[in-house]
This record gives sequence, structure tokens and C-alpha cells, in this order.
Amino acid sequence: MSVLTFGQAINAGLRKAMDQDPKVVLMGEDIGKLGGVFRITDGLQKDFGAHRVIDTPLAEAGILGTAVGLAYRGYRPVVEIQFDGFVYPAFDQIVCQVAKLHYRTRGAVSMPLTIRVPFGGGIGSPEHHSESPEAYFTHTSGLRVISVSNPQDAYTMIQQAIASNDPVVFFEPKRRYHTKGEVDEEAELSTALPMGRARVAVEGTDATLVTYGPLVPTALDAATAALDDGVSLEVIDLRSLSPLDYEPLVASVRKTGRLVIAHEAAQSGGLGAEIAAGITERCFEYLEAPPIRVTGFDIPYPPSKLETHHLPDLDRILDGVDHVLGRPYAFRAQEAGA
Amino acid sequence: MDIELLSLITEEGRRVPNEILDPWVTDVDTGQLADLYQDMVVIRRIDAEATALQRQGELALWPPLLGQEAAQIGSGRALRADDFVFSSYREHGVAYCRGVGLDDLVRVWRGNTFSGWNPFAVNMAVPQVIIGAQTLHATGYALGIQHDGADAAAIAYFGDGATSQGDVNEAMVFAASFQAPVIFFCQNNHWAISEPVGLQAHAPLAGRAAGFGIPALRVDGNDVLAVLAATRIALDRARAGGGPSYIEAVTYRMGPHTTADDPTRYRDANELEDWAAKDPIDRVAALLESEGMLTPELQAEVAAAADAAAQGLRAGCLGLHDPVPMDVFTHVYAAPHSELDRQRASYEGYLASFEAVGSEGNS
Ligand SMILES: Cc1ncc(C[n+]2csc(CCOP(=O)(O)OP(=O)(O)O)c2C)c(N)n1
Ligand SMILES: [Mg+2]
Repeated sequence: MSVLTFGQAINAGLRKAMDQDPKVVLMGEDIGKLGGVFRITDGLQKDFGAHRVIDTPLAEAGILGTAVGLAYRGYRPVVEIQFDGFVYPAFDQIVCQVAKLHYRTRGAVSMPLTIRVPFGGGIGSPEHHSESPEAYFTHTSGLRVISVSNPQDAYTMIQQAIASNDPVVFFEPKRRYHTKGEVDEEAELSTALPMGRARVAVEGTDATLVTYGPLVPTALDAATAALDDGVSLEVIDLRSLSPLDYEPLVASVRKTGRLVIAHEAAQSGGLGAEIAAGITERCFEYLEAPPIRVTGFDIPYPPSKLETHHLPDLDRILDGVDHVLGRPYAFRAQEAGA
Repeated sequence: MDIELLSLITEEGRRVPNEILDPWVTDVDTGQLADLYQDMVVIRRIDAEATALQRQGELALWPPLLGQEAAQIGSGRALRADDFVFSSYREHGVAYCRGVGLDDLVRVWRGNTFSGWNPFAVNMAVPQVIIGAQTLHATGYALGIQHDGADAAAIAYFGDGATSQGDVNEAMVFAASFQAPVIFFCQNNHWAISEPVGLQAHAPLAGRAAGFGIPALRVDGNDVLAVLAATRIALDRARAGGGPSYIEAVTYRMGPHTTADDPTRYRDANELEDWAAKDPIDRVAALLESEGMLTPELQAEVAAAADAAAQGLRAGCLGLHDPVPMDVFTHVYAAPHSELDRQRASYEGYLASFEAVGSEGNS
């Protein structure tokens, strides 16, 4: 076991994948000498050479489009998008090409790309640097979508993503890059929990709290705080956003009868809606209360001085828990307004 | 491919003739040159003060313009009030020329808002963070000018890195197709964060324009007079219905990409030294000196203006009011939106519940 930051864990995972497969190449802006603006690729160009750790021209559509060509040629490109807000120029290549080529060619061409996207807010950044665009990608058939929440998963799942023959959009919660955790670097991929599976992070009996990525640590804090209040929360870390792993979710909701879903992304048309629908379909007769979503608002990500008024925090999550438990609560999502 | 680099003031501060540029600056006497000098000193001081404010925790981030004063002042001072600027995030010098207030320069970087000013008050759009996007906006604005039969121009500022983006290339196609009165003003400061310009282009950037059918000039971007002349040439062409122009201003980013960047990780100190010798302000000072214009009075006047700007910036920055929480919901839409209105009401009630708890505790 070693203690690594989230960022170091991804770096170590990338290094291992590159060691094991010469077809793995990294592409992105400033990922070479600089090691990326978050230093996730630190030292990799020095060790693997500029032909495998490629500083690209400043053009995201260009990066994704050429990655498609490399994949045609048998390579496994791992693309770094510098910040979430800069994935949009590449959106056309991702949606129309990366996601569809396997289907279009009846399986003849696979697109084993990994698209790494530092995402989410909370670091006081300027405009376009704090987006949560995951729902655009979960809505796109042909893509697998991952969001990791801790160094161990970051280390393991980046390797699983690279090994996947499907394209994977890999969302890294940038505000957690400096979080430290134990990482087993010897762990075998073959015995690790598969990439598509969710995990029960904390067991509990009174209500189920499901989230992913940056809000998982907040959810764990919420479970601790709730316990002080005599409430036993079960926290589920989704890990995979496409596909959603309903097995542990269904088991949990059948046990607790109450569900809170939290994410930073805006509410309307978001993953919370998908999960609420999926659980309502599967567990209708077990539910003691309607599922509640605690999310960012339906607004463009606000200026940094106001970001705490957009991001769901411990208090808002606990308020949602009170709501599903039928206790007094303050955020009256259903009753307010029209 | 070699494209001549045009200049009027050498690194040493000697005025040299240039047959392309000279006719466009015949009106610039030493008095006006002293004004340009003052503008550059003032904006450098503003830039340094903003960097200091960031270091002191008063700004979240600042992208310094250090080294690019001549490119920004020379072009900014060529513009007319009814021209319209679409810039990136680094054009504080251009914003200064447009009359943007000192506090407005830092509003965005303090994290208060996404727009430091009303674009229509100064005819300069909100600075663009998405690399290259503004070049299309400038082109579209220019098409509007053309439709209106006006003789104004639009100018897009962008970097060497931006030239790789599809948007910039598409903008040049549109501008050429419709002969739009737009100027593509590329500040080649040699770096896009850690990537040297050689990664974006194997030949001088000005050379690209020809492929789009757009006339181009490559000027010493650290020569304020040459930049002024080149921008005037392009503006005159635009006003006369001659269509788009491209200017590559060859300059250098003397500072970090932003205050969050550490350039020692990727670039040579030697390079910095070489470019320090080409400083845009020093050479004008030397020229004024040789003409007997750099008097103690002038120097005192310039220093006073710089001091006043720095103080104004600091006071303006510290005096900015924090935005109020419910601001997050305002201006998302122009008309009421039922879902957002519902969320706003919920959050208002939620915040009020804390106040209620607080006042109960007090009673
Ligand atoms: C679409 C997009 N991709 C990436 C970025 C991140 N980024 C910000 S500035 C920058 C470099 C820009 O270089 P250049 O165009 O030369 O302008 P300069 O910063 O030198 O003024 C990059 C990659 C961005 N803002 N937008
Ligand atoms: Mg540049």
C-alpha cells in the first residue's frame, strides 16, 4: 500500500497502463513538459517520450478527431481535456464519431479511447472551468461514463477505462485532486471490482444517499453527521454513470425505503432524474417517500464568489435526508413557486 | 516561407523608415509618441498592481500582459469609438484604451461576475475564455456593420495558440467569403501556456492568411508605432469596403500564463533575457530621450499617472461589493422560466430558514 493523492494515483495508473501496452498514447494540451495544468501526467513525457505523451496543438476537435484516427490504426489514445468547459469544441467528434463508430461498422472498428475530463466546481476558477457536463455524455449511446471519487478507484479505474474496448469518458473531480488515500498498486485488475459497478461506501438502514465523484466525500461526512443525529445513512458511490449499476441501489432502497440523490450538475434532465425514474420503476412498492434530488441549480455555473450557493453542501444534503425521512426540512423543492 | 517583420522603432530605440508603414503615422509627432509611452507605462503598472492584488488574495487569478504593452496600446489607440473589439482574456491594455474603468478591469478576476463591463458602453465585448470563439463573433459583428452600410470595423484579438482552433479558421473563411470589415489581430507571444508557437505552426502565422485570401502584415509587436500603423492600414481597408485583414504582432509573454502558472517548468531563462532586450517601453523611452523629449517633467508626469492608476485599481478592487447569493438566479433568462423560478423560491426559503434559526437563537 502506498499513500497517494488522487492526482498521483491517476498518474500511477496511467504509467502502469503505458508500461503494459505500447499502444497506449496520451494526448492533450500542456501534458508534456508541464505535466498538465493539474500535473496529472507529470514526468510521463520524460519517461515515455514525446511520441507517446503528445502535446497537441490547441484544438480540442483536432485532438479527438486525430484520436479517432489513431484508434483506427490500433492505438489506445488517452486524451486529456484541460478543463470540463473545453470539451465542447470536441463534442461533435465525441458524439458523432467516437460514440458511433462501433455501431456504424457493425463492430469492425472499436474506439478504445479514454477521455479524461477534470470536472466540477469548488476551486474558485474563472468561467468555463467548473462545469458538470456528465449528462450530455450519459445521454449519448455508445459511451461509457465513469466518475471516480477516491485515489484507489482513480488508480484502478483509469486502467480499466484504458483496457475497455469501448470509449470511456472519465470524469475526475478536480477539487479532490489533492485528497490523499491508500492505494494498492499491486492490485490485479482482474480481481478488482469491475468499472461498471457501484459500491456501497457506507452501510446504513434509514435512508439511501447516492452520489458520485466530488460529492462522495461530502456524502460520507453527511453519513457521519446523520449518525450523531440518530440517523443511519447508506451511501452509494455510483462510480459508473453509464451504465448505472442498479443492483446495490435497488437492494439499498428495498431496505431503507428512502432515497436522496446528490450531484453538482444542474437538476433538469440530469442523472438524478434518471436514477429517480429507474428506482421508482424498480422499487415503487418499497418507497416510503418520493426520491429527492439535491443538486446544483438550473443555472450556468456562477462566478466563484457565489459558487457555494450553487454547489450542494453538507447542510443541503442533510436537509434532503430530513425531507425523505418526513422530518422538518427547509428546502421546499416541491411546494415552492408554480 | 519567410515573411518580413515590419518595424519603425528598433530595439535600441532608433526610428527607421519603412515604406509600407510610414505613410500611416506621419501625424504622430513626439508629443503623441510620449502619450503612447505613457499609456504603456500606465498599463504595465496596472498589470503589476493586479498581479500584486492576486498575490495578496484579493483576486482569484490574473493573466498578466507584461511584454505585450505595445501590441495592445498600438492597436487599441488606432481604433475609433464606433469600432467594436472582441478580445481574449489578456487584453487589459486594449480595454484600458476603450475606457474601461479600473475597477471594471478586475471585477471578473475577483470572482464577482462574468462581465466587468457592459459591452455596449465601451464597444468591447466581454473577454473570451474559450480559445478562439471571439473571432467568429467579430466576423459576425462585421457582417452586421456591412449590412448597415456603416464604416466601422470589428477587431478580434487572439493568441498564437488560438490559431489552431477550428473557430479561428472558420472565422477567416467567413470573413473572406463576405469581405467582412474585420481585423484578425494575432498577438504571437510565443507561448500557449507551456506550448511553444512552433507546435501550432511550422511557418510564420501571418502566412496563413494568404491561403484564405486575406491580406496580412507581420509587425514587430513590441514596436508601438509599427503596430499603430499596421492597425490603421487594416482599419482603412475595412472602412473602404476592402474586406478583412490579418495582423501578426510578434511579441513575447514575459510573465507566467496566469498567476497560477509556473513557466520555469517549461521555458528557458535565456529566452526571457533575449526578449527583455526588446522591451516595448524601453525602446520608446530611448527614442524620446534621443529626441530630447524624455524630460524630468515628462517622467514625473508619467510616473504620477502610473501611481494614480495603481492606486485607483487597488481602491476600486477593494471597494467592489460582493455579489448577493440570489444573484445566481438572475439573468439566466430574459423572460420568466417556471422551473428556475421554482428553484429560486425554494432556495430563498432555504436561506431564510437559517436566518429564522439564527434569530430564534438570539431571542
Ligand atoms: C477551448 C479552450 N481550450 C483550452 C483552454 C485552456 N487555455 C487557456 S489559455 C490557453 C493558451 C492560449 O494560448 P494563446 O492563444 O497563445 O493565448 P495567450 O494565452 O498566449 O495570450 C489554453 C490552452 C481554453 N481556455 N479554451
Ligand atoms: Mg500565446
